[in-house]
Amino acid sequence: MSEKPKLAMYWASSCGGCEIVTLGIGENLLLVDEVFDLAFFPCIADFKVADVKGYPDGYIDVCLFNGAIRNSENEEMAKLLRQKSKILVAFGSCAYEGCIPALSNLTSREATLRTVFLESPTVDNPEGVLPQPRHQVEEGVLELPYFYHTVRSLDQVVDVDYYIPGCPPEPHQIWAVLQVVVAALTEGAPLPPKGSVVGAGDVAVCEECPLEKHEKTVARFYRPYQVRPEPGLCLLEQGIVCMGPSTRSGCGARCPQVGMGCRGCYGPLPGVEDQGARSLTALASVLDVAGKPGDDEQELEQQVEQAVATIVDPAGTFYRFSMAHSLLRRAKTNGAQKEVVS
Amino acid sequence: MSNENGFEPLIIGFTCNWCSYRAADLAGISRVKYPPNVRLIRLMCSGRLDPLFVLKAFAGGADGVLISGCHPGECHYLEQNYKTLRRVALLRNMLTQFGIEPQRVKLLWASAAEGVRFAEEVSKMVEEVRALGPLNWSQIAGAPEPTDEELTPPDLAPPPSSQSQPVMEAVS
Ligand code: SF4
Ligand code: SF4
Ligand code: SF4
Ligand code: FES
Repeated sequence: MSEKPKLAMYWASSCGGCEIVTLGIGENLLLVDEVFDLAFFPCIADFKVADVKGYPDGYIDVCLFNGAIRNSENEEMAKLLRQKSKILVAFGSCAYEGCIPALSNLTSREATLRTVFLESPTVDNPEGVLPQPRHQVEEGVLELPYFYHTVRSLDQVVDVDYYIPGCPPEPHQIWAVLQVVVAALTEGAPLPPKGSVVGAGDVAVCEECPLEKHEKTVARFYRPYQVRPEPGLCLLEQGIVCMGPSTRSGCGARCPQVGMGCRGCYGPLPGVEDQGARSLTALASVLDVAGKPGDDEQELEQQVEQAVATIVDPAGTFYRFSMAHSLLRRAKTNGAQKEVVS
Repeated sequence: MSNENGFEPLIIGFTCNWCSYRAADLAGISRVKYPPNVRLIRLMCSGRLDPLFVLKAFAGGADGVLISGCHPGECHYLEQNYKTLRRVALLRNMLTQFGIEPQRVKLLWASAAEGVRFAEEVSKMVEEVRALGPLNWSQIAGAPEPTDEELTPPDLAPPPSSQSQPVMEAVS
């Protein structure tokens, strides 16, 4: 029994959705249980960090690490689990490329703390108490993780063996990956090359999308509440923002099929360095603002500016999932992270 | 913030192979003076400009990016420069969210005869970017998080409205 390979799953800066879909592999969970012993899985089993610290290095065969690196505890756990695991998987968009947590790279640590602890309408904090990394009490010093200025992906902190994209990854894809791992551990089957993105396709979401395409252009974009999509037709060609052309396949085009533009959660296409730049190009190409020779150039520029302004939050739209992996990585904000709130 | 004295902006300039490069060339041969801050990169057409190039330029230390092409309607590859116009407009909006001022990305249409105008516009841009100051993106993207010692309280002082020390309170 104790000879079974060891499985761990940990959440760093995570919403918990990744664990839920993992449990969503259904009765296959019984098979996972047959093959693996759990070594650490805070969502479903009572392990302590001290247990993990007590394991010899490399004791865990496979660790599914989800969640981004948002604070000092996340970083510490990433380093600990790297040391204790043979195979470390960045599981889900947060660990892979920053995902929703990394959108706060568009603002500063101070602004985030201020919003959450001082200014949000539902906050009742008359003393203005902010999280203190250390606090002296009679019994000694209490410590809290330190909230970072910049959110990072797992591979920006430790070495990562594989990536499973998706927010969250699709259960059938998780199961497919687990089967590959099981075959490798039990029958010595080959593993994919280190650094591979697994549990996904290698073409664009558009290729999996059954909606009809006509290479049409649009005069402007609409937000989801502004327009009712025509069923059966490509959303982008109806002016609905869709990242399908710049997003890796693997989900089966789930969102467009129900009238919601792809948000890009499976990350960039293979070989694409910056998903945002690719998305920007894709969307700009669908706009049909064009002039003819002799048009007034300033007027033309104004028209174009009006048309592109219908994309209200370009950075948040194009990098909704990949901010940590973007070339710029974060915004330039006024407060440096070491400045105090004053 | 940083030392403004002697700051020479680094500007990466993209021109197309036709009108705009010739404009730059003409400025050169006719010895029109303009500041040497722009490093020109020639593309076949401004339509080749992938927004990635601009991001790379900034991430790699540029203070500004100049994109120049043939006048609208005069692109040698039909209407590629209209596409450039859309991309750059959208890119500017996006870069503003990253804290990169719109003046750091300039779009300049220039015909092969407009050497003087090319030089004037480049000079203008250099002055605008100089006034904005250095961007230094590597320091922004790679800003270190505080070390353990720096985390000793008070890490964040309470807002000025409150006089009391931060306290931990039991939920009553
Ligand atoms: S990838 Fe998505 S589902 Fe998974 S933890 Fe992050 S936000 Fe949640
Ligand atoms: S709806 Fe989106 S994913 Fe589907 S074809 Fe159109 S752009 Fe591609
Ligand atoms: S359609 Fe796009 S956003 Fe929706 S699940 Fe697929 S990759 Fe993610
Ligand atoms: S050839 Fe000059 S912009 Fe296309």
